[in-house]
Amino acid sequence: MTTQPLLSVKNLKVHFYTLRGIVHALERVAFELNRQETLGLAGETGCGKSVTARAILRLIDPPGRIISGSIIFEGRDILTIDEAEVRDIRGSQISMIMQEPKMSLNPVIRVGDQVAETLLIHDRSLNRRSARRQAVDMLAQLGIPDPTRMAQRYPHELSGGMSQRIMIAMMLVTRPKLLIADEPTSALDVTIQAQILALMQTLVSEIQTSVLMITHDLGVMAETCERVAVMYAGDMVEVGSVHNVLKHPQHPYTQGLLQTVPDKANPDQPLFSIEGNVPSLLEPQTNCRFAPRCAHVMDRCKREIPPVYNLNGDHQAACFLHDGSPEAQAV
Amino acid sequence: MQNKTNIPAKTLLRIEDLHVHFPIREGMLKRQHASVKAVNGISFTLERGDVFGLVGESGCGKTTLGRAVVGLAPVTSGDIYFNGQRIVGLTGREAYERARHIQLIFQDPYSSLHPRKTVCDLVGVGLKLHDLAEGYEIDERVLALLNRVGFSIEHMYRYAHEFSGGQRQRIALARALILQPELLILDEPTSALDVSVQAQILNLLKELQSEFHLTYLFISHDLGVVRYMSNRIGVMYLGSMVETGLTNDIFYRPQHPYTRVLLSSLPSIDPDTPHIGILLEGDPPTPINPPPGCPFAPRCPECKDRCRIDKPELVQHGQDSTHFAACHFPHLE
Repeated sequence: MTTQPLLSVKNLKVHFYTLRGIVHALERVAFELNRQETLGLAGETGCGKSVTARAILRLIDPPGRIISGSIIFEGRDILTIDEAEVRDIRGSQISMIMQEPKMSLNPVIRVGDQVAETLLIHDRSLNRRSARRQAVDMLAQLGIPDPTRMAQRYPHELSGGMSQRIMIAMMLVTRPKLLIADEPTSALDVTIQAQILALMQTLVSEIQTSVLMITHDLGVMAETCERVAVMYAGDMVEVGSVHNVLKHPQHPYTQGLLQTVPDKANPDQPLFSIEGNVPSLLEPQTNCRFAPRCAHVMDRCKREIPPVYNLNGDHQAACFLHDGSPEAQAV
Repeated sequence: MQNKTNIPAKTLLRIEDLHVHFPIREGMLKRQHASVKAVNGISFTLERGDVFGLVGESGCGKTTLGRAVVGLAPVTSGDIYFNGQRIVGLTGREAYERARHIQLIFQDPYSSLHPRKTVCDLVGVGLKLHDLAEGYEIDERVLALLNRVGFSIEHMYRYAHEFSGGQRQRIALARALILQPELLILDEPTSALDVSVQAQILNLLKELQSEFHLTYLFISHDLGVVRYMSNRIGVMYLGSMVETGLTNDIFYRPQHPYTRVLLSSLPSIDPDTPHIGILLEGDPPTPINPPPGCPFAPRCPECKDRCRIDKPELVQHGQDSTHFAACHFPHLE
């Protein structure tokens, strides 16, 4: 049991039935998250990162629907168990930190009570007073000065960084096994971002949680994650260790993405830009989604969906360029 | 706005001790009891052909500074000179003229383009307002500029909602450039865009700058982008300029502690070189009552007693005559 990954997502397909047609938001998403590991999910806006996160919690609302696939968490398939069980998992075993902390906090309830509420919902034996005390302890653990007074405040009295700290407290107070962080620092300034990331890292190692870190910032990813999965237009294009993916990217999209970031070493070189735009997701996937923008495009790419090739060890890429190379094998 | 001599002066924009304060009125009598000091005493000059990057965290006043230059924010005191002429508080005809020479690109391309006008109207409206062209001539000049920023004739009569974020930002650029301005203020032009599209826009901006002999005031919170674009950088904190200098000086020899923190907070994309970040305590103070001494003193890791009382001036500390820092105890090699 312990050698199995904590979370294993296979062939996840999510479609949204809109008036304009079926939006194929996720077509083929598969990854594994090991215990006490931080996995980064990278990609541009609209590539399906957040939909993946919501699907793991089975929070896809109509018109969206999970078409197929499996999400095995601790030996149970989240997509087949009943709603009561899912509700039990949400918040206590899998928690999620949202991008906009101000939007996720209730403006008319003191923040300490909001943290305590999470505890009360998942542990019936607790009484209000001890839940509140635990909440204050959690705030103290986050390094918030004067936690007793902070617990008495309302969200509007807090800065963006402080609200995000409260969110983290709320999500980690139940000591979940998996923490999904959906762009936790994109709304914050860089100096605050550095604070929050450092804080998350110490807490996560203290309570031994696995993290699914969703971000579009490759720098944040390089700093916090051990493994990285790259998505493009609802398709998983590359998975591997952070070192392999960022230093030796094997998919043309990942290679392009890395080159679009201004380079510290030679700032005068013109920036590489990937030509064209992200394709519409209204058509089902019949080929490599990146083919129209790819520099290495072959005829095959326009006709077939490239399988995921297993490169050396823990590195996978979905690109025909690796077809026939000695170390690659299709999965 | 005309230059007296025909040789263009080297200095295009000069800002002297600029203050922009917004009053806070509360209570029944709407008496003013405090003010937000968004820009609190800033001076700098922009040479012709410069790309001056203005960086700082949100709320530090960088956008307000940009808006004050185009007359969209009320100047409390201080002066702004454009081509040697004072442009604070211009009205009527003169304000019109200023708009022709100084254009502003907004951050959000989704709300800065009129949803019911075609691209041709959007881009051509400036020519009409300033009587620079009429009739088919407008269409011709619009098309020429649209071609330059990567559109073709079939895009002329479409509406803004038919375009993606990056395309809209290019339309906004065309609209600004059609008046042949001398100074372009870019207020976070790429922060609403994805990285792959951001690269396209930044490259285009660089090309246009040399092609049209433009001067940019480039406002951004993204240090990587600012470094790529600018030749000079100004770092703002809480309404004050804390450091200015050439891009390389700022990045390799930062003198002000805030600049050093800002640079070290930037995550590195290379997973093998973990950066040693200087972590700051606390949040930026509000600009309503900035501290009496150095604005950065309450969070500064190297704060000394003097910093809390005495506000440092922006002066030269090292050998470089272009590098200034507002700090009593700057880092020097």
